[in-house]
Amino acid sequence: MNRAGLLALQLLIAVVLIGIWHVATTVPIGGVKLLPPFFFSTPYDVGARIVKWLVEGTIWRHLYITLLESVLAFVIGSVAGVMIGFWFARQQLVAAIFDPYIKMMNALPRVVLAPIFALWLGLGIWSKVALGFTLVFFVVFFNVYQGVKEVSPTVLANARMLGMSERQLLRHVYWPSALSWMFSSLHTSVGFAVVGAVVGEYLGSAAGLGYLIQQAEGVFDVAGVFAGMIVLAVFVILIDVLVSMVEKRLLVWRPAPGDARA
Amino acid sequence: MQAASQQLGNAVSLDAVTVAFSVADGGVYTAVERADLSVAAGEFVAIVGPTGCGKSTLLNVAAGLLRPAEGSVRIFGEPLRRLNPQAGYLFQADALFPWKTALENVAIGPETAGVASAEARKNALAWLTRVGLGNFAGRYPHMLSGGQRKRVGLAQVLIRDPKILLMDEPFGPLDAQTRQIMGNLLLELWTADRKAVLFVTHDLEEAIALADRVVIMSAGPNAKIIGDWRVPLARPRDISEIRLEKEFHDLHREIWSVLKDEVLKGYAQSTLAGAAS
Ligand SMILES: Nc1ncnc2c1ncn2[C@@H]1O[C@H](COP(=O)(O)OP(=O)(O)O)[C@@H](O)[C@H]1O
Ligand SMILES: [Mg+2]
Repeated sequence: MNRAGLLALQLLIAVVLIGIWHVATTVPIGGVKLLPPFFFSTPYDVGARIVKWLVEGTIWRHLYITLLESVLAFVIGSVAGVMIGFWFARQQLVAAIFDPYIKMMNALPRVVLAPIFALWLGLGIWSKVALGFTLVFFVVFFNVYQGVKEVSPTVLANARMLGMSERQLLRHVYWPSALSWMFSSLHTSVGFAVVGAVVGEYLGSAAGLGYLIQQAEGVFDVAGVFAGMIVLAVFVILIDVLVSMVEKRLLVWRPAPGDARA
Repeated sequence: MQAASQQLGNAVSLDAVTVAFSVADGGVYTAVERADLSVAAGEFVAIVGPTGCGKSTLLNVAAGLLRPAEGSVRIFGEPLRRLNPQAGYLFQADALFPWKTALENVAIGPETAGVASAEARKNALAWLTRVGLGNFAGRYPHMLSGGQRKRVGLAQVLIRDPKILLMDEPFGPLDAQTRQIMGNLLLELWTADRKAVLFVTHDLEEAIALADRVVIMSAGPNAKIIGDWRVPLARPRDISEIRLEKEFHDLHREIWSVLKDEVLKGYAQSTLAGAAS
């Protein structure tokens, strides 16, 4: 299927869903509306709210804050994940010692940390960055660790036969392999960075998309909640498109998924 | 005295080499036992044997990637203690760096040795052209066919100008036509610069067509060298035509009569082992 056709079908889904929503919340069937607008709002109200935000310009500051938190969480989490993942993979003893702690921390639901971060770092952006960091770090860490571990033994033997020293092996073999695994998990780690930021804002802050949604919920403003969710969804999709573009550039050497001649 | 001077002339000499692997159940699997093999400088030797007999194992020993449990390995008369710096190794499995282009893959050898990047690349392009891939320099390995990847591998190894060339079923996965083309290419490169070649294959015809000597391994475990034939065919040879000559057929028949039993044994063993595990 070509791109235009695919896009048309994707839009069709949105149109159908919004249509159902519209009918169920505005057209009474047998005297009752299937979805009471008080709980479900209406597409029109939600759309009007988004337009209002855009026109008044209030939304931009919140978007900027959420974006800033996400980017910081992603960058700091990735750098730490790459460095520690690489170190652990090359130092088996270190990896073995820390193994149970890594597993424990990774299994911990990060939401419980949010209040603690708020306590430590205040209600500004850094408590959200910290929450996103704990999510991003582990994704990157595990992927880099795996990437170093799973270097093909043949490629490694070849590199050694070509005369590479230990340092050259790091640079030409382990490092590219680790990075390729990290890049292939880019969608997950970027997604987690946004999740960390929004959840952190939701649980206590003065700005950001999470804050916006939380405020609306506080006054039973369902249209505001939905509008916030839709803005967040579009934000996430735009970031994902960006990530796909970056990924395509970074992983040119990779066969496309489904290419049988891998 | 005679033996000693003979040894000095050998690029590779394996003496009574035994290789054992510890296996999962705690036991020891002796893959190769007391194998003797020598390759003179500039000589092209082919090893043929049933699958799983230990051909790759012997090459790994000659490369210094694997330490034999017993026996000695000498490279130009010197005992081999670490990786063999004189050897270029063309592996059985894909060994190119997938994240480097064909050009970068070939240039990496000289670059590793400290040659300036621009010069290494120039040289690499010359080698890619020599193996017929001058127009594919910018491609990544996954964008190349199996035969093209093997050509890049060949260039990657030869650019370092090793004295010894170890090749492990390099044309194994290729189709018949490509194998012949690659065989002729290899002979052409080898004629221009005679390196000692240790060439592993499971294809007896290929071995006879290419080599000065054909060596046969018995089926494992405890595989050893059980036959050694000189190939009396004149050079230069054309792989596709040489198969039609009478001498070729005679030699093939003679070697096959020995090899056949081993192949059957090897097959029985591998299916037995498969059933047991
Ligand atoms: N790392 C290993 N551990 C245990 N057994 C091995 C190992 N490598 C090879 N073998 C065994 O040694 C034998 C020879 O292997 P190999 O040299 O790869 O055979 P081939 O002649 O097909 O190249 C086989 O039976 C194989 O199962
Ligand atoms: Mg093999």
